[in-house]
Amino acid sequence: MANEPLEVTVRRLPALTVLDLEGEINGLAESRLNHAYADAEGAGPRTVLLNFSGVDYINSTGIALIVSLLGRARASGRELRACGLSEHYVEIFNITRLADFMSVFPNEEAAVSEAALGAG
Amino acid sequence: MSAKSVIEPLDIAPNDPLLAYLVSSPGAVDIQQLELDSPAVRSMKAAGIKLAVPLVSQGELIGMLNLGQRMSEQEYSSDDRALLNNLAAQATPALRVAQLVRQQQAEAKERQRIEQELQVARLIQHTLLPKNLPQVEGWHVAAHYQPARAVGGDFYDFIEMEDGRLGLVVGDVTDKGVPAALVMATTRSVLRAAAESMARPGEVLRQANNKLCPDIPENMFVTCLFALLDPVEGRLVYANAGHDAPYQRSEAGVVELRARGMPLGLMPDMEYEELETQLAPGDAILFYSDGLVEAHNSNREMFSFPRLRELLARHVMSTPDELVDFLLDNLARFTGREWDQEDDITLVTLQRVHNVARHTAFATSMLEEVEPPPSDETQAAYGEETPGTDASGKASSTDAPMSAVRPADDGAIWDRITKFEIASRPGNERVAIERVREALRSVDLPARTCERLETAVGEATMNAMEHGNKYQSDVTVVICVELSPRAIRIGVTDQGEPIPLETEEPDLELKLAGMQSPRGWGMFLIKNMVDDMQVVDDAVGHTLQLTVHRERSH
Repeated sequence: MANEPLEVTVRRLPALTVLDLEGEINGLAESRLNHAYADAEGAGPRTVLLNFSGVDYINSTGIALIVSLLGRARASGRELRACGLSEHYVEIFNITRLADFMSVFPNEEAAVSEAALGAG
Repeated sequence: MSAKSVIEPLDIAPNDPLLAYLVSSPGAVDIQQLELDSPAVRSMKAAGIKLAVPLVSQGELIGMLNLGQRMSEQEYSSDDRALLNNLAAQATPALRVAQLVRQQQAEAKERQRIEQELQVARLIQHTLLPKNLPQVEGWHVAAHYQPARAVGGDFYDFIEMEDGRLGLVVGDVTDKGVPAALVMATTRSVLRAAAESMARPGEVLRQANNKLCPDIPENMFVTCLFALLDPVEGRLVYANAGHDAPYQRSEAGVVELRARGMPLGLMPDMEYEELETQLAPGDAILFYSDGLVEAHNSNREMFSFPRLRELLARHVMSTPDELVDFLLDNLARFTGREWDQEDDITLVTLQRVHNVARHTAFATSMLEEVEPPPSDETQAAYGEETPGTDASGKASSTDAPMSAVRPADDGAIWDRITKFEIASRPGNERVAIERVREALRSVDLPARTCERLETAVGEATMNAMEHGNKYQSDVTVVICVELSPRAIRIGVTDQGEPIPLETEEPDLELKLAGMQSPRGWGMFLIKNMVDDMQVVDDAVGHTLQLTVHRERSH
């Protein structure tokens, strides 16, 4: 509740690049999220996975940030995926139709193995 | 026999070897001949003492007779020594008795001093406790104060405000006796002064704390509950500085009125959570001190909170005086006759009476306690028992008559479970979410419903802070959570102008194509998280009212 800024770690795997998100996705997360995404894009991965397992709060501004990332990814022909969302946020991804434009996986393993299959 | 009768007083250290030597010696000792590494012996030799006769009572050295040079300047004879030993044998018991008498006198004096101090403490306390109970139309107030022998620091106070509201204070100062009584007196004045200059319990405690902090003795502090009753509306706003949480007894059961806050006098600049509760006719609130719940019986068992709560639930309410008696009777039964009361006991009860016409019925019929609606709706209401019992029955821990007779015309009766304000600062929606989550903990709801409500409240609060209050941190958003058997309703109120609801639905495809701002999800999320959303603009402000049906939430 202390409104700590989001922590983002970029992890490059053979099949895709993971953004491990830790904390809250709200207005304060904007610059960190965008910088990390730019960093992830640097090596030109085909797929970027947003790992939400360390995220306990996403508000409407956070949704807007994710929409922006999704717009950027699509513009550069990249695929954006999500994993580690709680049931509640899966529901919100469905209601907002974000889930129609980015595949939502229960966990990282599922998202990665799908990507490996897709790549192979 | 002895020449220089007056000798300088002799200080002997408790660890001086002379003492052990004298205890074990059978009679008069030749000091000048004594070879002992002892400061006392050296100073005795220097003072010209020839003989020392130990006075030993029951193995304990209680004194000695010291003799200097004989007048004749001859040595002491064996007859002299025998006489001295004899004298010692007789003087010892007499000296012992004299010592004991003196000791007892000193103790009696100390006891008297303590007793006097307690008298002073009691006097201070009694002078400052209210002489009369406040007379408030439609309300019964009762108070009981039972000091422990040592006089703890309990106090209570009633402050009648100019606008007709009634301030209630119940507090406890750590420590006992005069220091506690003085701190209590100061606290009382500080609270009165604060209450007269402002009308918000949380603010009153905040100011009182800041006033007390610099002056209160170290290691002392004051727990204190401050509540403000609006007798017309039946609304009680309260804040708590670490005091035992009061209990509200209503038809639905017994609820603890918790509010966060540190005791007064520990640290300056503390914030005190301010909450609110509504009292329906017949509802009562018990304020009390830890002397009641921490009373021990002869088996060292504690009276305890659960026992108090259970008694409250069991007691068929009539008047507050009877509730006080009922609790005291149960306490007496619990502690037994030989009880040495450890701490002060304070009980203050506040009850909203049923309408005056029905008032006289209390004494004659306890079952009338649950008030039927005054009109001919009574029949219909009785007929509709089912919706009343399912939901509110779960929240209750009592076997008292249940809310089955409440008129249940589709959620007409709402119980407020919390109401609070938050400052309009970015990020504060998390505070609102946390508070609502906490309030809903007492309600049996599926986790999913809670999460949806939390998201809706968070978004509504963000809107209220940003668009309504323009993020002016001194303008607050008021959030009120209410419960009916069928639904939960949360009002989020800001001070903004009436604004039309956003009508444009966010379109993700347009947003992704850059033809619509990526933002604009707030209202959309709220609408999708709740069953009903209404906007109310009135004198209070601009309110977004969110409703979720309880049945549908599974």
